[in-house]
Amino acid sequence: MSVETQVRSQAEALPVGTPRLHIIIFAVLLVLLLIAPFVLYPVFLMKVLCFALFASALNLLLGFGGLLSFGHAAFFGSASYITAYAAKDWGLSPELAILLGTAAAAALGLGIGALAIRRQGIYFAMVTLAFAQMVFFFAVQAPFTGGEDGIQAVPRGHMFGFIDLSSDLTLYFVVLVIVFGGLLGIYRIIHSPFGQVLKAIRDNEPRLISLGYKVQRYKLAVFVMSATLAGLAGATKALVFQLASLTDVYWTMSGEVVLMTLLGGMGTVFGPLVGAAALVTMENYFAGLGAWVTVLQGVIFVISVLLFREGIVGVIARLTKKSL
Amino acid sequence: MIEAFEPNPDTKGDIILSARDLTKRFAGFVAVNGVNLDIERGSIHALIGPNGAGKTTCFNLLTKFLQPSSGTIHFNGRNITDLPSADIARLGVVRSFQISAVFPRMSVAENVRIALQRRRGDSFDFWRAQRVLSDFDDEALRRVDEVGLSEFSHVMAGDLSYGRKRALEIATTLALEPEMMLLDEPMAGMAQEDVTRISALIRTISANRTILMVEHNLSVVADLSDRITVLARGEVLAEGSYDEVSKHPGVVEAYIGASHE
Ligand SMILES: Nc1ncnc2c1ncn2[C@@H]1O[C@H](COP(=O)(O)OP(=O)(O)O)[C@@H](O)[C@H]1O
Ligand SMILES: [Mg+2]
Repeated sequence: MSVETQVRSQAEALPVGTPRLHIIIFAVLLVLLLIAPFVLYPVFLMKVLCFALFASALNLLLGFGGLLSFGHAAFFGSASYITAYAAKDWGLSPELAILLGTAAAAALGLGIGALAIRRQGIYFAMVTLAFAQMVFFFAVQAPFTGGEDGIQAVPRGHMFGFIDLSSDLTLYFVVLVIVFGGLLGIYRIIHSPFGQVLKAIRDNEPRLISLGYKVQRYKLAVFVMSATLAGLAGATKALVFQLASLTDVYWTMSGEVVLMTLLGGMGTVFGPLVGAAALVTMENYFAGLGAWVTVLQGVIFVISVLLFREGIVGVIARLTKKSL
Repeated sequence: MIEAFEPNPDTKGDIILSARDLTKRFAGFVAVNGVNLDIERGSIHALIGPNGAGKTTCFNLLTKFLQPSSGTIHFNGRNITDLPSADIARLGVVRSFQISAVFPRMSVAENVRIALQRRRGDSFDFWRAQRVLSDFDDEALRRVDEVGLSEFSHVMAGDLSYGRKRALEIATTLALEPEMMLLDEPMAGMAQEDVTRISALIRTISANRTILMVEHNLSVVADLSDRITVLARGEVLAEGSYDEVSKHPGVVEAYIGASHE
């Protein structure tokens, strides 16, 4: 082997630094998102952004830790409620309300995660679903959630006391900063020493144990991270729509975010963004069809599971032989 | 707690790993029944026996991937019967698996590096770039080279042939420099040239460590092992050198009997 090929194959074997392609994609994405609100409705775009973060948070757990949660609505929804309540009833500033909602999701993630990681595979998914249902019933019963109506007319307020968020365009750029920050954070987690351990757990948990890793601690850590980021998405969403409702904690929300991740490509960096954009667009576009949207989602789910399991970005990555 | 701990009178020297009365029942079926094992420090000890004899189950018990129904395990004189698997690995007893155990969606070099990464202690630093792991790169590539996989170092482990996966597994295990290695059929499914290379490698690495190995290739067993334990139907049938064991009438019968089942 020549020195040159040796150097190249070493770089492929143990990549250092961020691949140029990823930097370019993030940069292009950022430019597009900076222009987008002048072309498309900001509220629609903010919805896409919130769900992109939510799906990426789930993907961190599912695509990189190999853990399928069917209860992520619990974190998204409870953060949404807490943020809405804090902003409306306590009059907290938007940044504090979001922080509080996110912290609540983290705490809930710690509790649910500690119990769920004791189970494997489908049982893990069932435990997360069961806890999410408890959170849902709590939201139905608790006095401060507003029952069927939810918490409406949540004030967006002034961020840091001086950024007036009542304008959709201003709020859009705040949401962009939050979501883009979240996505870059997830990217870093995936490409850290911790992320390397996560991938190994996903690939072969018993083998990793045999190498002396205490995998339960890593699983709990990634569960809490994923719950926290899902909470951040839910908290942001509450300000965007000025609403927290039962839809946010319902099991269909958990299913939808799993669908977004699968459709876009689990275990890819950019898949969840594509999946979220596709499903939110579809929901908006076909909103007139009512319940048929759910049927359409079901059909898409079946097709994506049967025909292209790797998801949209997964297929592109395979065809172009690039890690996306 | 000090327990009755009597080394097998047949074995001389220093015992690194010892099991007493090791038993595992699965829903009424006894897979391992009262097995006593004494592994001498620095030796290559082979565990052989027909399919279903309980060899893999023994490995699972010794490394606590299964909970023994009864019996005790000592490593370096310390009772490890109640330790979890990861702690046993940290003490220096590292196993391989019968079904090849690689991390399929990581490159060959990354597979080895994840073992080396253990030296940092825990890796909860999710905020650091993985660049900090590049300290281990040279050693990872050297380990990959050692098992003859250098031209595959960038290949996803899942895309390797079966024999090469086994070689990668050994490289990964070796990266931990364990005091004791448990290899479950390390050469099954390998081409002859690979068998020769891996045999030589096992001999080299046995210089300063102890190896307990399950292997079906009897010429490899004869060539490598200092001592052999024959297991049949969950019980120890015979123990001794290759010559002693191969003359044992029960062993001949167990092997022939099994091939007729
Ligand atoms: N988890 C399990 N549950 C039930 N039976 C098992 C389990 N693992 C192994 N066995 C049984 O125990 C016996 C010994 O298996 P094993 O240790 O794999 O044999 P060997 O490795 O010697 O071929 C076999 O009859 C097998 O079917
Ligand atoms: Mg076996």
